[in-house]
Amino acid sequence: MSDPRLAIIPGRFDNVKRIIAVSSGKGGVGKSMVAVALALSLRARSNKVGLLDLDFTSPSTHVILGAEGLYPEEEKGITPPVTQGLSYMSIVHYSEDEPVPLRGLDASNAIIELLAITRWEELDYLIIDMPPGIGDATLDMLRLIPRIEFLVVTTPSQLAYESVRKLLVLLQDQKIPIIGVVENMVIKQTDHIKEEIHKIGSRYLGAIDHDASVEAAIGHPEKLEMTRFYRQVEEIGEGI
Amino acid sequence: MHEWALAEGIVKTAEKFAEDQGIDEITEVKIMIGELQQVEHEIIEFALDQLRTPRMKSAKFAIETVPARFKCRKCSHEWQLNTRNLDKETGEAIHFVPEMAHVYITCPNCGSPDFEVTEGRGVWLVSIKGRKKE
Repeated sequence: MSDPRLAIIPGRFDNVKRIIAVSSGKGGVGKSMVAVALALSLRARSNKVGLLDLDFTSPSTHVILGAEGLYPEEEKGITPPVTQGLSYMSIVHYSEDEPVPLRGLDASNAIIELLAITRWEELDYLIIDMPPGIGDATLDMLRLIPRIEFLVVTTPSQLAYESVRKLLVLLQDQKIPIIGVVENMVIKQTDHIKEEIHKIGSRYLGAIDHDASVEAAIGHPEKLEMTRFYRQVEEIGEGI
Repeated sequence: MHEWALAEGIVKTAEKFAEDQGIDEITEVKIMIGELQQVEHEIIEFALDQLRTPRMKSAKFAIETVPARFKCRKCSHEWQLNTRNLDKETGEAIHFVPEMAHVYITCPNCGSPDFEVTEGRGVWLVSIKGRKKE
């Protein structure tokens, strides 16, 4: 007759002021890095911040954060563990970093389950690291999360932007708020992507330079915070 | 799924259904729970009792568990899982997110993790009985 999980999901976000999905039509554009840097920089400005990794088949925020051995607490549902000052929820708490081979319907069920059991404390921001594309996870978020806003990541590549454009059109059609688009991994600044984004009536939030020092900072948030990449994400975060 | 979250979902869904249908007093809520959820009946009954609304103050919560059955998509082998045989950590991961079965369980015939949970996954409200005031 009815799935009781769906009835409780909207209420799980009652204590969260803003819910920002960091998303992209394409994989490999640095979405997870942007999501983590954004969460850390908002936290550094005295906000209460949560980070939810919904990329179940390729979760990576725990690797960026160097977070190991975390396990949620049980209290009438589950409370996310805290790492680097962030309330942090990821499937790796349960998969122990083993492969998670899920087909569409199973992935969707796992997302619903996680959203239904997780009790977020009072947060100024919940940053969601989305899987790439416009598949199950994106559609579930549009269906289930009230007040969700999208921050979309692209690279200067025309291939990345073509997929990002489709995501933007979908979000516009569904009247979902789009904070804007970040152009990541920029080697040579041009106005091409900016113009394309303006052409479809979206907001260009800024360019983030390709920063070779980021790779060495993976697993070390304190090093990440010293990178130019982090500072540029921080500046973008100030404008959202 | 966690028992308290589940109980919350059941109570909210039943309450909304009763409101939509103009039912003033709920007398029975029938719930089917997949074995894969590994829900402790005592805990969920306690949680439902704590969370029941005035409209369901004397309602009976009838809970039935459906055994977990799997079918391998690769070799078509079908099997039944005995969740009591799972080790503690695996059992706990599957309890919270049942799809974690695909991480820890493989087809006993061919070893593939690509199987379908044909029965015993999820929770459904099967029926709600109640009375309308004259």
